[in-house]
Amino acid sequence: MRPLGAALLALVLLAALAAPVLAPNDPGQTFRAYLYAPPMRPRLVTADGRWQTPFVHPLRLVSRLEQRYEEDASQAIPLTFFSRGKLARLADESRGPWLPLGADREGRDLLARLLFGARTSLGVAMLATLAALLLGVLAGGVAGYRGGIVDEGIMRVAEFVLVLPAVYVVLALRAALPLVLPSWAVFSLMAAIFALVGWPWVARAVRAVVAVERTREYAAAAVSLGAGHARVLFGHLLPACRGQIGAQAILLLPSFILAEATLSYVGLGFPDTVPSWGSMLHEASNVNAMADFPWTLVPAAAIFAVTLAANLLVEKPDRAAW
Amino acid sequence: MRYLARRVIAAAVLVAVVSSGALLLTRLAPGDFASELFGAGASADTIARERARYGLDRSPVSQYLDWLGRAARLDFGVSLVYHRPVAELVAQRAANTGLLAFVALVFATLLGLPAGIITGSRRRGPLPTILRGLSLVLLSLPSLITSLVLVLVAARTQWFPTGGMQSAGAWDAGVFAGLADIARHLPLPALAIALPLSAMIERVQSQSMGDALEMPFTLSTLARGVPHSRLVWRDALRPAIGPVAAMYGFVLGSLLSGSFVVEVVTSWPGLGRLMYDALRARDLYLVAGCAAAGSLFLAVGTLLSDLLQAWADPRLRRDEPGGTSGGPA
Repeated sequence: MRPLGAALLALVLLAALAAPVLAPNDPGQTFRAYLYAPPMRPRLVTADGRWQTPFVHPLRLVSRLEQRYEEDASQAIPLTFFSRGKLARLADESRGPWLPLGADREGRDLLARLLFGARTSLGVAMLATLAALLLGVLAGGVAGYRGGIVDEGIMRVAEFVLVLPAVYVVLALRAALPLVLPSWAVFSLMAAIFALVGWPWVARAVRAVVAVERTREYAAAAVSLGAGHARVLFGHLLPACRGQIGAQAILLLPSFILAEATLSYVGLGFPDTVPSWGSMLHEASNVNAMADFPWTLVPAAAIFAVTLAANLLVEKPDRAAW
Repeated sequence: MRYLARRVIAAAVLVAVVSSGALLLTRLAPGDFASELFGAGASADTIARERARYGLDRSPVSQYLDWLGRAARLDFGVSLVYHRPVAELVAQRAANTGLLAFVALVFATLLGLPAGIITGSRRRGPLPTILRGLSLVLLSLPSLITSLVLVLVAARTQWFPTGGMQSAGAWDAGVFAGLADIARHLPLPALAIALPLSAMIERVQSQSMGDALEMPFTLSTLARGVPHSRLVWRDALRPAIGPVAAMYGFVLGSLLSGSFVVEVVTSWPGLGRLMYDALRARDLYLVAGCAAAGSLFLAVGTLLSDLLQAWADPRLRRDEPGGTSGGPA
């Protein structure tokens, strides 16, 4: 199962990196005539049953009141590949945009927003994970290495943070800061808050390993060869925690993605103008719109994919059959 | 007994620290109730007058000490937004959250525990494989997503109400109609919390079931002629339930977190929703009250989970003399 998880995660990362190539439209572009347009899937078989190179049917508005569209099966617009810097686009763009996953309330391409949103969401989560690892490794390493009162002090703080429900801490910290901020500030602020909540997990794991490894012969050998504290800790003991640190990082990533989504969902995260999985889900807070246009829930699928990938990656191999 | 006393003190410290922290954080944050109430357009005069009216113009220290003194006498102040005593507001909302969390925990246990026993005691076969896959999927569907999907399903099929806790006027038809109405609103948010939680429980139960079945006593039980199913569901279950009981204390945090998200998505009138609104409005006494209630919930829950653990594993029941640290408060 681990290769599957790795592949899934790599796929999502790749999609985020290649967003400008994969997305047929600009994530901010609003197609006024296509509010809440449904997904337009590429087709191979025409209405009269003939096979053809990939094409899409253009949309036709059926009811302005219900915002209902219908595919116009009598027309076919062929797709062209690898042209003008896009993986796939319509050969004739004068007959309306291609919205592979449909459009949102303002007629923006959901696929484009999903892909560019992946950059924001994964970016925040990765930055936060890095920061949490840094803090956690430092705190856990020092606690495990020094032992005694330092250990006691650091781990008490870590335990205290661990008991608190993370959502509320994040919420309270975010709500305590000015609401309207430039998007780079929101980005770094969120990463900082998440790191502040996430470090104890790393610290606990690292401390457990370091406290044991410290008593091993190789550590004593390093000390007797004249290595200083920092050298022993960072050069000799921390490499022993690699596995633990990796597993923690993989588990923190999806939880931070979720934290971003939660904050943006309740309106304390990224504004609507910055595509992120959370700011996209924010639209789903309108239950009626979500029920009529379920494709707006697509970021939920993306979050599921990343979380599933992480869970597959850390899954323990099955016990030997008996 | 000494152990219990120490736990109660630790719980009191937790509640005091968390609610004080919440109050001070809200007080020291830029902007306050008055500025949030009137927005950017208000004149400095209006805001200053309002501030004085609510006593927000004092120094943070004197305001905090004043609150602390009254809180010690169980007077948590008056909400600035609702103009009602914080204790009254919080108690009502906390009861709603408690109901939701309790039902969710029951759902999660009913789903997760048997599933974990099955996957932990059998390696092969279609049922354990399906359950294992299902649990992996549910584990990857956090409450935010589960609740959105359930709301979508409810809205399209009309099986359940999509939000709220009761319909207007349901209580007019009598107590039973009112309760039935709540019971109709409850499954959706409770399931949204319970599904990912049940996967967590399945994981732990499966692991500890596997461990229990590898202990020597299982072999001797089988040798006595006890059938395998009875071994699994009776003899091995009790030692295997310890780790799950230990997890319940840990789960409470995620129960509260999950319930916040679900309360917001399904507009369940609970503590999380109240805390969020209070934070947005900078209603600092209400924030502190919610934080106190939340941390009290946590502390009591951890204590209950420890008692449950002691019930499942008699070795823990021996009153440890002060040597071991009591774990997280």
